Amino acid sequence: MREEFFPTFDYGSVFVDPWWSGFESTFQVVLMGFFVCLACGVIGNFVVARRLALVGDAISHSLLPGIAIAFVFTSSRSLPAMLIGAAVAGVLTTVLIELIHRKSRVKPDAAIGIVFTTLFAVGVVIISIWLDNVHLDADCVLYGEIGLVPLRESFILGGANLGPLPIATMGAVALLDILLVIVFYRVLLVTSFDAGLARSLGMPVNTTHYGLMIALALTIVAAFEAVGVVLVVAMLIFPAVTAGFFFERLPALLFGVAPLSLAYSLGGFHLAKWLDCSIAGAMVVTAGALFVVAWFFGPKGGLVYRSRALGFLFTASKQKISPQIVG
Amino acid sequence: MKVPRISPVFVLLVFFAFPALVHATRIGDVTDLDWSEQTFRFLSLRDAAVRNAVLGSVFMGVSCGLFGGYVVARRLALFGDTLSHAVLPGVALGFLWSRTKDPVAIFVGATVAGLLGTVVVAWIRKTTRVKEDSALGLVLSGFYAVGICILTVIQEMEFGNQSGIDKFLFGQAAALSSADVSLMGAVAIGTLMMVTLFNKELLVTSFDEGFARSVGIPVEFMRYVLLVGLTFAVVTSLQAVGVVLVSALLITPAATAYLLTDRMGTLLLLSALFGVAGGLLGSYGSFLGNNLPTGPFMVLACTSFFVVAFFCGPKHGLISKWLRRRNRVRQVSFENTMKAAYQVLEAGDFSKESVTVGALAARRRTSVAEARREADDLVKAGFASMLGSDDDGPRYSQDARLSLTPAGWERACQIVRNHRLWELYLTNEARYAADHVHEDAEKIEHVLGEKVVRHLERILKDPRRDPHGSVIPSLEDIERGAGLSTNPASATGYFRQN
Repeated sequence: MREEFFPTFDYGSVFVDPWWSGFESTFQVVLMGFFVCLACGVIGNFVVARRLALVGDAISHSLLPGIAIAFVFTSSRSLPAMLIGAAVAGVLTTVLIELIHRKSRVKPDAAIGIVFTTLFAVGVVIISIWLDNVHLDADCVLYGEIGLVPLRESFILGGANLGPLPIATMGAVALLDILLVIVFYRVLLVTSFDAGLARSLGMPVNTTHYGLMIALALTIVAAFEAVGVVLVVAMLIFPAVTAGFFFERLPALLFGVAPLSLAYSLGGFHLAKWLDCSIAGAMVVTAGALFVVAWFFGPKGGLVYRSRALGFLFTASKQKISPQIVG
Repeated sequence: MKVPRISPVFVLLVFFAFPALVHATRIGDVTDLDWSEQTFRFLSLRDAAVRNAVLGSVFMGVSCGLFGGYVVARRLALFGDTLSHAVLPGVALGFLWSRTKDPVAIFVGATVAGLLGTVVVAWIRKTTRVKEDSALGLVLSGFYAVGICILTVIQEMEFGNQSGIDKFLFGQAAALSSADVSLMGAVAIGTLMMVTLFNKELLVTSFDEGFARSVGIPVEFMRYVLLVGLTFAVVTSLQAVGVVLVSALLITPAATAYLLTDRMGTLLLLSALFGVAGGLLGSYGSFLGNNLPTGPFMVLACTSFFVVAFFCGPKHGLISKWLRRRNRVRQVSFENTMKAAYQVLEAGDFSKESVTVGALAARRRTSVAEARREADDLVKAGFASMLGSDDDGPRYSQDARLSLTPAGWERACQIVRNHRLWELYLTNEARYAADHVHEDAEKIEHVLGEKVVRHLERILKDPRRDPHGSVIPSLEDIERGAGLSTNPASATGYFRQN
């Protein structure tokens, strides 16, 4: 039983021991975190550009009943079943939201709110009646259990042990997301920033939208057991917004996801080691801290660069006040 | 616990129909409780826990329902979601500070965190290029993550295990203490007072900020009042519904009420009612299930109200709208048939009293069978009668004769008059070419009311003929036709004199 909230900070036990004595599990957790952030960050850039951040939140909540029903049916964490369940739930979400706001006078934001809370409630009820303490804990739906990933069964391909199954899956999903973005880069870029232009160029705007939603759902399902339904939203939004304080062009933002993911994953892991708290939560807290740093000190629109009081430090050479104007 | 070997879909269906039956399927771990006994315990309010849960649900329903009305009207639904997630670190810190589940400490902590969250959203929006949805998402998930970190630390601590702090995630109405309930009651009463006191100001600022400012209502001040009150409502409801689902209690009852009424006062009343009913049903459902989390059940209860209103609402419900549309289509089809009958009579210079189905079909450009069906519909609706012993003859004979009843005659005259008046109006006043006005008149003839017709007649100086030279039936013609019981067409002798 611990007494104090902040344990005494011991450099050795926080930073050295995990890598020295338990390298394999530490490496696996950090790798999993990295893959989650990478996959979510890449997709998240487009989610943020399309102003779908809260739709992402709604989708991540409403996938829960699909996943839970898949659990009930298969009694295991088989990924294909979960994917099918989540896909059904995802389609149902979109259809219901459209139905409510097309066929009644309820506004779209309220329609989103009604649908995702209802589906999430159904998921929680299913879990707490049939699955509690058996396969997954209702609370873990909310913040994941990334620390238990090294204990999961291994993924063996052609005799080679590729590490725990969730890591292999998440890695594959991250790779798939990156490949999709590379292949469909042009279409994604134009449809995200100027749908009108995209349409006039004959690009499939609606198909791209639904394709992106499917990729988003796939990523959320794969990341779900590691970080839970709420924190996955953070992984979607934080990398894109934070990188936005350093770069303005989309390729740079996309490349910025990789170092940020590494920072979130490592920082979160060690913060959780120190405080002994939820690793996924600590990863998002790290992301939040980095966001605040970028918000203040980022060269593109950071507060310090914009402020009058401190602005002279950075912009004095550019904005020399000419005597004529002053005089 | 053993996983039940019953088809989960079946169990799910049964569960939604009869929560009590599913309770029986889990009899393995709960043996001593019968659902009727549980129901009795719940309804008799014997236990203090049940009393607290019921009172708490009522207070929560009132405060969330009332604020929800403004949340939905101002399109703040997703903001409400952000607010409810952002209070989590405050809950955890309040708990950490008091080391027990002290309602006041948690209330203060959560309120501070919620307000800080809104300030951060506003600040991000003001100082960066980040869009609103991303700003809300950042605060929602960032604050929530801090809360989760603190909660998981607390669960490791000595006082954390027996605390029931985890009940804040999905809600547990049975865990409400009487101190919690009094706090909820205070907020509910405060909400009621606020709504009655600032009724007009809140109404105006919710729907038209510019106008509110122009009549001197302090818009910013009202916004803060609403924001702080909303935070209070969310914070006190946390323990009953949980952090994740409290936004549903704000949105769903108000959206349900919005489907049923157009007046803000009624909306608030209904919204509070639905909130209370959803809260009570939800806590009853979780009580039957033996300490299942309350929040999801409350949300499902509220959603079921919404679904009923969505389909069966008297004004905006899908089924009512569908019925109304079907009636309108039927009415238009009746009127078109009657108009055709009138035109056939007119073509015969009103010398005959009835029309043949064949002539009707030719006029309507349909098959005889179709015209016969339309004629039968008219007869059924009381606008016409079939003459002679047609029932003995062939079913689709084109010689069967149809005669309009007085009511049918009156309506037919009105439709023809509307059509021709409108054509005249378009050519004379709107300067349309005479060959462009028919299509338009075909549509509007069914919806022109008597008042508009009087007005048109005044503008057009009581015209007798339309642009194509046909006679426009006048008010007297219509009344005279309607006054004659057996042979309406004989009244049209009047036309022949013109």
